[in-house]
Amino acid sequence: MTTAALQQYLDFAYIAAVVLFILSLKWLSSPVSARRGVLAGEIGAALAVTATLFNPELVQYKWIVIALIIGAGVGIPLGMVKMTAVPQRTALSHAFGAASAAMIGIAEYYVHTEHLTRFEMGEIALEVIIGSLTFTGSLIAAGKLQEILPQRPIVYRGQNIVSLSILGAALALAIVLVINPVQHLLFPVMVVVALIFGVMLVTPIGGADMPTVISLLNSYAGFSAALLGFVLNSKVLVVSGALDGSSGFILSVIMCKAMNRSFTNVMFGAFGQVQASAEKGKEERVVRSASAEEAASILEAATRVVVVPGYGMAVAQAQHKVRELYDSLTKRGVDVRFAIHPVAGRMPGHMNVLLAEADVPYDHLMEMDDINGDFPQVDVALVIGANDVTNPAAKTDKSSPIYGMPVLDVERSHTVMVIKRSMNPGFAGIDNPLYYMPNTLMLFGDAKAFVSNIVKELGGGHG
Amino acid sequence: MPPDFISNLYVFILAGFVGFELIKKVSPLLHTPLMSLTNALDAIVVVAAIIIAGRHETPLTTALGAVAVAASFSNMVGGFFITDRMLRMFKTGRPKK
Repeated sequence: MTTAALQQYLDFAYIAAVVLFILSLKWLSSPVSARRGVLAGEIGAALAVTATLFNPELVQYKWIVIALIIGAGVGIPLGMVKMTAVPQRTALSHAFGAASAAMIGIAEYYVHTEHLTRFEMGEIALEVIIGSLTFTGSLIAAGKLQEILPQRPIVYRGQNIVSLSILGAALALAIVLVINPVQHLLFPVMVVVALIFGVMLVTPIGGADMPTVISLLNSYAGFSAALLGFVLNSKVLVVSGALDGSSGFILSVIMCKAMNRSFTNVMFGAFGQVQASAEKGKEERVVRSASAEEAASILEAATRVVVVPGYGMAVAQAQHKVRELYDSLTKRGVDVRFAIHPVAGRMPGHMNVLLAEADVPYDHLMEMDDINGDFPQVDVALVIGANDVTNPAAKTDKSSPIYGMPVLDVERSHTVMVIKRSMNPGFAGIDNPLYYMPNTLMLFGDAKAFVSNIVKELGGGHG
Repeated sequence: MPPDFISNLYVFILAGFVGFELIKKVSPLLHTPLMSLTNALDAIVVVAAIIIAGRHETPLTTALGAVAVAASFSNMVGGFFITDRMLRMFKTGRPKK
């Protein structure tokens, strides 16, 4: 076969891969067809990789084979992590993706330095800067999620000015390189500056903002791959990068809306600092608490129960006990549903995956907008490890830092029960007036232990 | 501007719109698998990395290419694997007794 004919077959394989990728995302829209979507993606990827191995430009296979084996060896264990660890795995994979895009850009620079046009140099520089900052930024995010690094935002005076100057320096170096690409020593300096900027970008962001940050990094990783497609003139990369980039972008917008915040506010606002102003209203506010026995009898008498899970449920590993509670109540004819706030958990959709893993049927998992109107007809709203997403101050108190954030209207149900370790304020340090409402009962204790006590009082999950 | 750039820009914009329309339709229920799936699809940069690693130009580029192959292929394998694992858990109605 001639090289030109072979090249044509390779192009057809790439086109087929792109079509399969688009179908893959289309089928992902519903849980019924979603697994078919994964299969389509797998076939597309296998096709593209196999075709590439026939590329006539390849002269040596040794390193390719070794690298593919190592990649599979790392990828399989990373695909087997526990569902609670999925956010950090995802952040780590953004780091890997961005790193490979950056490394390919760097290699392209060194191969073609002598005959790069200014335009090509600009593309490479931009691609390598985005890839590098996404790499270190994602590593920091993964470290925070894995709790190797402190989850609280790390801030200092003048931080934004320092960070933006570093980004400015990276861009300035890029411009110098565009003017004269043949500066072998300047290029690595630009890479290092971009890597530092990635660290500065994510370090000040707190754990509660991780859903937005992960989505943004997803979008950067996608766009760096698309830019790499421009550099290499590879349409398959342009398409996949655009799909991934737009997906990350849409998720970021959804997450920002769910917190009533702008991108700039997430990136530069250092949310989650302890609010000094919330000290007012310290007069005697009555908190009513209840035991597991009382909670069980209230739940037993209810017709409609809505469980509101938050990140605290995942931290306490309580999702399997919550499923037992669900089973036990359902068996007694109680209608149990789950209200999922878009930013519950540490990444978009995290809570749904955790509950699905615990075998809660997904048709009982309700989105915020679909369930909010039902709360007045709900007998018991059981809040487990969620705080800010149930805070009625977001609707009424203009001085509250979360004012305007869409929240679950749990306080409108007949009885609210909140499982909480103590009266300490939540992650963002914001006081929650829900706990002092006359229809609220506080259930103090560890989420897993408390839910399991309720299940015991109800007479065992599996009777 | 090079003609390749223009044709790539067409493709990029059209793919961006297709992505936007498709992803808007994905239920929030599946946003975590969505992210791991797009991640696996994005790992298609492995095809570029394979070419860099196999063209064998300089030791530096071969090394960069090989590391890039390992990193992106691990995303591809792990991303598809974990997405399928998650999706298998989504069941409707009452599961097995």
